[in-house]
Amino acid sequence: MYKIVRKKELNPTVTLMEIDAPLIAKKAEPGQFIIFRAKEDSERVPLTIADFDREKGTVTIIFQIVGGATMELNSLNEGDSLQDFVGPLGKPSETDGLKKVAVVGGGVGCAIAYPIAKKLHNLGCEVHSIVGFRNKDLVILEDEFKAASDKLCMMTDDGSYGTKGLVTNALEELIKDGNEYDEVIAIGPVIMMKFVSQLTKKYNIKTIVSMNPIMIDGTGMCGGCRLTVGGETKFACVDGPDFDGHLVDFDEAMHRGTMYRDFETHAREASCNLLNKEVK
Amino acid sequence: MAVQRNMDPKKCPMPVQDPMVRRNNFDEVALGYTYEMAVNEAKRCLNCKNKPCTTGCPVQIDIPAFIERVANEDMEGAYQVIAKSSSLPAVCGRVCPQEKQCESKCVRGIKGESVGIGRLERFVADWHREHCKDAPEMPAQNGHKVAIIGAGPSGLTAAGDLAKLGYKVTVYEALHLAGGVLVYGIPEFRLPKIIVQKEIDNLKAIGVDVETNMVIGKVLTIDELFEMGNEAVYIGSGAGLPRFMNIPGESLKGVYSANEYLTRINLMKAYKEGSKTPIKHSKKVAVVGGGNVAMDAARSAKRMGADEVYIVYRRGMEELPARKEEVEHAEEEGIIFKTLTNPVEVLGNDAGEVCGMKCVEMELGEPDASGRRRPIVKEGSEFVLDVDTMIMSIGTSPNPLIRSTTPGLETNSRGCIVTDGENGLTTREGVYAGGDAVTGAATVILAMGAGKAAAKAIDEYIKNK
Ligand SMILES: Cc1cc2nc3c(=O)[nH]c(=O)nc-3n(C[C@H](O)[C@H](O)[C@H](O)COP(=O)(O)OP(=O)(O)OC[C@H]3O[C@@H](n4cnc5c(N)ncnc54)[C@H](O)[C@@H]3O)c2cc1C
Ligand SMILES: Cc1cc2nc3c(=O)[nH]c(=O)nc-3n(C[C@H](O)[C@H](O)[C@H](O)COP(=O)(O)OP(=O)(O)OC[C@H]3O[C@@H](n4cnc5c(N)ncnc54)[C@H](O)[C@@H]3O)c2cc1C
Ligand code: SF4
Ligand code: SF4
Ligand code: FES
Repeated sequence: MYKIVRKKELNPTVTLMEIDAPLIAKKAEPGQFIIFRAKEDSERVPLTIADFDREKGTVTIIFQIVGGATMELNSLNEGDSLQDFVGPLGKPSETDGLKKVAVVGGGVGCAIAYPIAKKLHNLGCEVHSIVGFRNKDLVILEDEFKAASDKLCMMTDDGSYGTKGLVTNALEELIKDGNEYDEVIAIGPVIMMKFVSQLTKKYNIKTIVSMNPIMIDGTGMCGGCRLTVGGETKFACVDGPDFDGHLVDFDEAMHRGTMYRDFETHAREASCNLLNKEVK
Repeated sequence: MAVQRNMDPKKCPMPVQDPMVRRNNFDEVALGYTYEMAVNEAKRCLNCKNKPCTTGCPVQIDIPAFIERVANEDMEGAYQVIAKSSSLPAVCGRVCPQEKQCESKCVRGIKGESVGIGRLERFVADWHREHCKDAPEMPAQNGHKVAIIGAGPSGLTAAGDLAKLGYKVTVYEALHLAGGVLVYGIPEFRLPKIIVQKEIDNLKAIGVDVETNMVIGKVLTIDELFEMGNEAVYIGSGAGLPRFMNIPGESLKGVYSANEYLTRINLMKAYKEGSKTPIKHSKKVAVVGGGNVAMDAARSAKRMGADEVYIVYRRGMEELPARKEEVEHAEEEGIIFKTLTNPVEVLGNDAGEVCGMKCVEMELGEPDASGRRRPIVKEGSEFVLDVDTMIMSIGTSPNPLIRSTTPGLETNSRGCIVTDGENGLTTREGVYAGGDAVTGAATVILAMGAGKAAAKAIDEYIKNK
């Protein structure tokens, strides 16, 4: 069992948890993920390793409450334990030889983008972070990004905080201002990663995206997480989750992401009802 | 004791659930012999001196010896004979392709039907499980540690044999549940999970530690397992990486690998009412392939409520690699066999969902390297099969996780770990491997046999160090 040593609400829909998992903490690298099951009969669900503390032996996850499994996770508290917690899965993000990088995060994707920004920053790389949220209430990890970036652009869709506009607007401006990036790292909703990749293609800047298809085992056994990258079939859990954004078939990935939409809506309602009952 | 032989040319039939009933449930199909049936069937055995049947069994169970004990109603004695050679008789009695192994060599098969060796083995194992409740004895420890990677039949067998020799054994399993294909692949209706669980409980009772959620190569490497004081490592990580056909449309919603489909149903229990695991509730399903995996996927799809389920296979009925019994059961349950057919494209609608499968008809040409007649496409035979789900069941290969993180571990062009003959020694000192990880997708009994052989070799290696 894997104990929750800290739980913190980052915004009404995003929660941070620090989990006691010494073996995973020892090996974890930015870009990798874990798969958890909250309870005995729960689904297996992947979450990125948002941070880790090798000494303390803990792994931090930051998750958006979107459906049944994440609601169930959020119903657990400090001191409770998760049934299963396996990792670190996937390949670590490549950082070799990077001198100047733009890290683009969208929504909860910022939680995934943060550890890589931090690592690059610690390696002495110049990091420009562009983070985007729908509105002020949903902003997460602002201080953390500040500490890990040489430049931080805060964007909101409605202008309630930072600059109004999309992350792609900010990125294009930075590029036009003459910033020459070795690489752009974009992490967020698939649609955002698609548009960032389209933009950087125009300027011929190498772009890495972190894909998040539906997974089960996370070990390359089911093929459910497959994507088409450069015309080839890749398994995100073992070949990724990072891929070259100029080669990923985003439209296909978006389609596949909706595979169980009806089922999920149903599960979400079931969990809501369950939680409501527990509250009463 | 001499027994009155039963000269009936036919095997005692296996009692089964009615096909019309069972195709709507996940309960076990074959119900098992009764005591009387088992004794009667055992009496069909001629107790041949030269034991032809035993030569057909990959782990050389002394078949006439155990069957004679069944005929004499010494069930526990029969179990002890089997247990000398096999550690998973309740499993193998159910899933071995007996008609190609032990039973193919049985002399009674010349003029009639062979003795029901597998059925008797299953009976004996089930009898033992139900009647012998004494906890297994904890073996004396010899102070040496061995690590096993993968809790499939191969790893579990190696673990059991080593533990009985006094080793401190830890099994590291990537998934949250031990059992390998026995729990994530083979469905409940063919192999009840409680049987597998019981085997694992027995291992734990003799001191084997089973650590789940441990993906070796990620959380610990083989080198680290040695640093932790293990003197040898056995790799039984299976062949779980599914193959796709690389035809257009394979990424559409509704195309599954058999592994994904079966994992959702078995490991994640999507067949149970109220399960949290989503799965598509398909109406018309095409399963591509002709092996046991394809049969399991097709029969599971039927049980999940599909109206029409096809097996699409590029060779003929004769060439189906699945166990004969599974093919017969599938036919009885209403699975439609489209043999000599091969898919060339999956068709999708605007929502990105499967809405059909374009196929071609095949005919059999000259035999190929495998000795089987090679299927060739019939000109102008293209047609569309109306389906909403396609399950790819065309084979699997070993996963690259371990080979890519273990320096000095050689693999061949198919990704299988290279070993030195029988004992399973790899190109790394102290590292042994066996089962599907070495052979590619094969059978439970072969995986088990490899685990046994490696356990013996590991014992010798450590003793002579
Ligand atoms: C490698 C990877 C890393 C991820 N990292 C994070 C993270 O750090 N923080 C975070 O909030 N989210 C992350 N996600 C997404 C997260 O896994 C999903 O939000 C979660 O599975 C939703 O489950 P649910 O039951 O709560 O919601 P549901 O209602 O079941 O699903 C909502 C959406 O989540 C996706 N989803 C559902 N089940 C799965 C599954 N088994 N695997 C993957 N996606 C699924 C689907 O696109 C679905 O439409 C990551 C996904 C992947 C693959
Ligand atoms: C659906 C299906 C039906 C079948 N039907 C039959 C049948 O009727 N009769 C028959 O004889 N055979 C059948 N087989 C084949 C048989 O199940 C396999 O040959 C056998 O299970 C192989 O055993 P194994 O121990 O080598 O590997 P597996 O059973 O595959 O077990 C390997 C285990 O290792 C784990 N693992 C993998 N990588 C790692 C890692 N890096 N770290 C830790 N753990 C890891 C896996 O999660 C798995 O639990 C069937 C197979 C399938 C898929
Ligand atoms: S283990 Fe398999 S091959 Fe051997 S006797 Fe039993 S059923 Fe036959
Ligand atoms: S070959 Fe057949 S009849 Fe002879 S010993 Fe074996 S099972 Fe019995
Ligand atoms: S999640 Fe199953 S292969 Fe990637």
